Amino acid sequence: MVYFILKRMVQSVFVMLAVAFLAFSLFRFVGDPITQMTGVETSVEDQERLREELGLNDPFVYQFMRFTGDMLKGDFGFSYRTRQPVAEMIASRIPATLELGVVALIISLLVGVPAGVYTALKPRGVLTQTILMTTLVGVSIPTFVIGIMLIFIFGVQLGWLPTFGRGGTVQIGGWESSLFTIDGWRALLLPAITLGVYQLTLTMRLVRAEMMEVMRSDYIRFAMARGVPTASLHYRHALANTMVPVITIIGLQFGGVIAFSIVTESVFQWPGMGLLFLESIRFVDIPVMGVYLVVIAFFFVLVNLVVDLLYVAIDPRLRIRDVS
Amino acid sequence: MLTIKGLSVKFPTRFGDFTAIEDVDMTINPGEIHGLVGESGAGKSTVGAAVIGLLQTPGYVANGALTLGDTDLRTLSPSEAHKVRGDRISMIFQDPQTSLNPLMTIERQLIETIQTHSDASESEARKRAVDLLEEIGIKNAAERIKAYPHQFSGGMRQRVVIALAISTDPELIIADEPTTALDVAVQSQVLDLIQRLAKERQIAFMLITHDIGVIAQVADCVTVMRKGRVMETGVTAQVLGKPQHRYTQQLMDSVPPLDRKIDRFRVPDADDTIANNGDMAEDWLLEGAQHVRTGLSLRNLTVKFAGQRTSIFRKPPPYVALDDVTLNIEPGSIMGLVGESGSGKSTLAKAITGLVTPSDGIMELGGSVLPFGKSRDRDHPSRQLIQMVFQDPYSSLNSRHKIGDILTEPLWFYGFVKDAQEREKLAAAMLSLVGMQPDAISKYPHQFSGGQRQRIAVARALLARPRFLICDEPTSALDVSIQAEILNLLKDLQAKFGLTILFISHNLAVVRQMADNTAVLRNGKIEEVGETNALYTAPQAEYTKSLMDLTPMMPTTWQT
Amino acid sequence: MIAFVKKYEGLWLFVHSSAAIIAALVAALIFLGAVFAPWIALVNPYDLSSFSLFDGLLPPMWEDGANPKFILGTDDQGRDMVSSILYGARLSLVIGLSALTIAAVLGVGLGLAAGYYGGRFDAIVMRIADVQLALPAILTALLIDGIARGILPSAIQQDLRVAVLTLAIALSLWVNFARTARASTFVQMNKEYVQAAIMMGQRPIRVMFIHILPNILGPLLVIMTVDLASAILLEATLSFLGIGLPADSPSLGTLIRIGMQFLLSGEWWILWIPTLFLVALVVSINILGDFLRDIFNPRLR
Repeated sequence: MVYFILKRMVQSVFVMLAVAFLAFSLFRFVGDPITQMTGVETSVEDQERLREELGLNDPFVYQFMRFTGDMLKGDFGFSYRTRQPVAEMIASRIPATLELGVVALIISLLVGVPAGVYTALKPRGVLTQTILMTTLVGVSIPTFVIGIMLIFIFGVQLGWLPTFGRGGTVQIGGWESSLFTIDGWRALLLPAITLGVYQLTLTMRLVRAEMMEVMRSDYIRFAMARGVPTASLHYRHALANTMVPVITIIGLQFGGVIAFSIVTESVFQWPGMGLLFLESIRFVDIPVMGVYLVVIAFFFVLVNLVVDLLYVAIDPRLRIRDVS
Repeated sequence: MLTIKGLSVKFPTRFGDFTAIEDVDMTINPGEIHGLVGESGAGKSTVGAAVIGLLQTPGYVANGALTLGDTDLRTLSPSEAHKVRGDRISMIFQDPQTSLNPLMTIERQLIETIQTHSDASESEARKRAVDLLEEIGIKNAAERIKAYPHQFSGGMRQRVVIALAISTDPELIIADEPTTALDVAVQSQVLDLIQRLAKERQIAFMLITHDIGVIAQVADCVTVMRKGRVMETGVTAQVLGKPQHRYTQQLMDSVPPLDRKIDRFRVPDADDTIANNGDMAEDWLLEGAQHVRTGLSLRNLTVKFAGQRTSIFRKPPPYVALDDVTLNIEPGSIMGLVGESGSGKSTLAKAITGLVTPSDGIMELGGSVLPFGKSRDRDHPSRQLIQMVFQDPYSSLNSRHKIGDILTEPLWFYGFVKDAQEREKLAAAMLSLVGMQPDAISKYPHQFSGGQRQRIAVARALLARPRFLICDEPTSALDVSIQAEILNLLKDLQAKFGLTILFISHNLAVVRQMADNTAVLRNGKIEEVGETNALYTAPQAEYTKSLMDLTPMMPTTWQT
Repeated sequence: MIAFVKKYEGLWLFVHSSAAIIAALVAALIFLGAVFAPWIALVNPYDLSSFSLFDGLLPPMWEDGANPKFILGTDDQGRDMVSSILYGARLSLVIGLSALTIAAVLGVGLGLAAGYYGGRFDAIVMRIADVQLALPAILTALLIDGIARGILPSAIQQDLRVAVLTLAIALSLWVNFARTARASTFVQMNKEYVQAAIMMGQRPIRVMFIHILPNILGPLLVIMTVDLASAILLEATLSFLGIGLPADSPSLGTLIRIGMQFLLSGEWWILWIPTLFLVALVVSINILGDFLRDIFNPRLR
């Protein structure tokens, strides 16, 4: 078990290194950092001196190691566009994106898992067919269209909810949260639903497929044959076994949440990391792009490590190895 | 007492109802083990599923009566039927690896089942559970009960399954191939347990199996089924000893006996009109150097696989699949290789064919050294001289290729026949030689039955003009009557073409019918090698003796 | 005919699934419209001289004040909506299909080889896939786009938009193909027909493409359909974010972005008609994909 977790950790470190390398290559090879940092009036000699000072003439591997080291110390460099430290820029945007993503993920689980279980247990029902058709349309509507539709209905036509920004926020420590005011929740609702819908359909379809697979297994048929009560059969036996593959995918979906949050944030002008990333692409602000990548990969790796731990908690086959 | 009268089960399909079983009659008394035997597609499992009320959707009982004691099982509401399950009827499945919930301890599964069907408190249920495990032969039950299913070995797991099935004191247990996935030794223990439970607890067992030996050993009564209908039913010794129905007679003729060798199975041969068209293929196979008989010798062959890593500090010990195996296969003879699952039989075949690289030892084919796995060139002559007939005829033929393409591939690949039309002709002739209609050439594998596919697989092997043929469990996926046909075919071909054959099987009786010499493999080591007759009549190794003793056998007088 | 249909399971199911038939019809119609756009469209939306500002903001023909020449109305530039949509769909499909082809060739090739050889090679390919998974499709596409902006001289950037976009989408979709191909190949590697071929001494290339590939086409076909939908969505999303195609060569996504400006005004058709069209296209493809999945995996039916 310890070996299993350690192995996953080592793999995570490698993924992080690969992403850091990607970010570094971006910084180093896409455009010339010096021309980006200095104005037209800087002389060639000054540029050369700066290049030497920043260590850009050092061997490649050495530069990469220094880059990684700086990152570990929390030094993420400066934005080409705003000249601010990238660390601060990103840090100020993290709460908005995380709150949006987590609320969306919760919505998708709260609706997706029960819907998946229901459609698996009653595969021929009218409601099941309706749900399946709806989710098929759901995965086919691009996130931004869902956003526009929600804005149009609830924002423009009905005028119930705000259509952009975070509404009222509260500062807790360094964390700017919109979860503690009604205004904040009102602003959060539409973007979270927009982001959640796509994940919801995926979660539902996955739970359904796995559940149907498990319901066909021998141990479920055996449990049926010994008259185990239906509720226990469905939830204690079947759903628990369904969860093992499902949590893996939920871990992977977190990446999807982050990715689609770029779109959602753009539609709702939600001041999160995604919006910052979009701006940085438009202005070829390489340091911000690179750091965004590293931060996203870090969250992804973190979530998947948690998923691995959950795995171990759920599945005794990973916990207990001895066979007698 | 279970009474089945005129039972029919139908499965609606879009082409109308498919009748899975029709007009089945059967009674099982308390304490009776009633065997239900038949080949695949006979509808045995459907009978069991209909009784316990767990027919696969959309199947339904179309006709007939099902009564257990005074209860009419057909008139029960779904919730009543659910109560009867476990309470009065229970079931044992084939594969103990998959029939227990992997995420729950044995304890929880037992207690849950017991509490569902009685008012027992948690601690009473636990005590009953521990007693049950003790009863079915699990030592140290009070502690072992806390374990998860994966912590038990296959045989122990099947015991746990049985404990679960009897935990509610049912009147009837439907055992669907309960020992098919088990090795001989474990099978015999499980069968003993079933017999004991039937006697001591007066539980009625419906024992569904394809293995006539198992029926002969434990069943009081037997019902023989074929294509959804009952052929014959009655006391076991009567039905199997003096079969009245032609089908039962044929079935008994196809069963290979363990205690003697018969020359040919008395099954209908492929008709001569087909076989005569095979002359061309026969002549082609007998051309030139094909008379050279080629033996194989293995000396101190060892195969190791990397073990599963569980620690960062220790390198895992390698798993030794074959341990210092020395075996000499005489040119033109058949060497039988028997062993239980995991004994290394298939690894040996893979080492010879180059799919696995041994770590040590020497292999020689016809006197010249046979290079190991990766160092064997793609155009090494042994790649043509050694051919193989595989176990699963459903996976050994590429389902996306036509039979013609499958058969002509070796002719093209080894450069035997340059002309494409000639290749087709030869392939068609080879089909005749193995007893198939030549027009099979333009069809796809899925259009044939398992036995027919195995014939095609044999034809493909022959079209490579092999001198050494490996048959890896060539009949274990087939019904017993088809097995008899394929064994006859292999015997004929071996005699005609002087092939050297390594015949691998877990089935002692089958090997006895085929092999000149027999080797017994266990945990990667050869336990015993010898002339087949001598080895079977007077086994030397303890292990061989116990294998012989534990294999279910029927009285010699039952087969003539 | 009936016997023919009965013989083929898939065809039978198709004839009896109204959803699949409608989806196939819609998809075929859009596809044909896109292919023949230059011949059936009223104007060429890329050619400024073929339309006039005077026709701007005309509503669809069933509303008051419409010009029946423009069935679905015009946008603020006076472009016929039908023509814009046909050309837009054409562009979306061209990009989607080319991206899909690149992704399929790359992914299936790597996946097959990874499944066949296993070991180190497999580990390397799968680690790359892992990293790719940590950076989801949109992110990968955006990133490649961003890199292209940084590397390419601005003069040729406009000309290469379509190529960059296609490449970006292709590189974000190959993982699906690779993983599916690898998993299916693993299953096939244990099948005895593959072992027979390897034993004979056949070349790895032949074993992979002649023996294994035909047997894993089913799941790959499903991925292909689903990913075509993804590719079209991805292109639309990128264009909507203003990172895909510029306004003068509008794809469906660009049309929707332009239409967003009219969200609050009365000219609803400029936004909603292309949106409806895009959704109809993607829904149809997804229904077909679902249908194929059912055929190849009957247990989920």
